[in-house]
Amino acid sequence: MNPSVVSFIFVVLAVVAVLGGIGMVASRSPMASLLFLVTTLFSIAGIFLLLNAQFIAAVQVIVYAGAIMVLFLFVIMLLNLGHDYRPDVRRGAWIVLGFLGAGVIGAVLARTITQPGLLPQQGGGALVDASVRDLGAVGAVAYPLYRDFAVPFEITSVLLLVAAIGAVLLAKRRV
Amino acid sequence: MVYWSLWLAAVLFALGVLGVVIRRNVIILFMCIELMLNAANLAFVALSRVVGIEGQVFVFFVMTVAAAEAAVGLAIVISLFRHTESVDTANFNLLRW
Repeated sequence: MNPSVVSFIFVVLAVVAVLGGIGMVASRSPMASLLFLVTTLFSIAGIFLLLNAQFIAAVQVIVYAGAIMVLFLFVIMLLNLGHDYRPDVRRGAWIVLGFLGAGVIGAVLARTITQPGLLPQQGGGALVDASVRDLGAVGAVAYPLYRDFAVPFEITSVLLLVAAIGAVLLAKRRV
Repeated sequence: MVYWSLWLAAVLFALGVLGVVIRRNVIILFMCIELMLNAANLAFVALSRVVGIEGQVFVFFVMTVAAAEAAVGLAIVISLFRHTESVDTANFNLLRW
C-alpha cells in the first residue's frame, strides 16, 4: 500500500482512539463509557493491522471488543446502572492529582520514547515481515508460542482455570 | 509508524491513569485498567517491529491476564454491589480507617 495512505489511515485511527479514550474518562454514564472504550479497542485493532500483526488484531476484536466488553455490558445491565446514575467524577484536589499523575507518567513515557538510539532510523519490521511471509499470520505467532513459550502457555491455562473458579465462587450468594 | 504508535500508547496509558484517579465508579475504573493494558499491548506490538515476533507473543499473554482480571474483578463488583447496593468507591468504607 502507498505509504501516505497508510499514514493517513494511522492518523485517523489514532485520533479516533484518543477521542474514544477521552470520551470514556469524561462521560457520566457507564454505558456510554463502555461504547467509547469499544471504539478505542476497534481503532487499536486497526493499528495492529497496520503494524502487520493480523493475528493479534483478530484476537483483539474477538477477545477484547467481543468477550470482555460483553462481560462489562452484562454486569452494567445486571446491576441496572444504565440509567439513574449519580455523578461520580471526583472534585478539587483529586482532579489536580489525576492530571498531575497522568502528566508525570506521560512525561516519563515521552522521555523514554524520544530517547536517542531507542528506535532504528528506518521503519524496521524486517524480522516480523519475514516470519509472517514464511509462516503466515497465525504461524508467525504460533511457532514461538508453542516452541519457545510452551511452559508459560500451559501456566496461562492454569491461570484461566483459577480465574473461572474464583469468579464463580466470588459471585455466588452462599459458599 | 512505530514511533507514533508508541506515542499513541503513551497517551492512552496516561488517559487510563487519569480515569483511575478521577472517577469513582468501579466499573469505569475497570475500563480504565483495560485501556492501560491495551496501551501496553500497543507498545508491545509496535516494538515487535524492532525486536522481533516475541512482542506479539507477549501480547497474547497480556490478553489472557486481562480476561482473567476482568472476570474476577467483575465478580468482586457484583458481590460488593450485593453488600452496599452501590458501585461508588465512596461507599466502600468498611476497611478504610
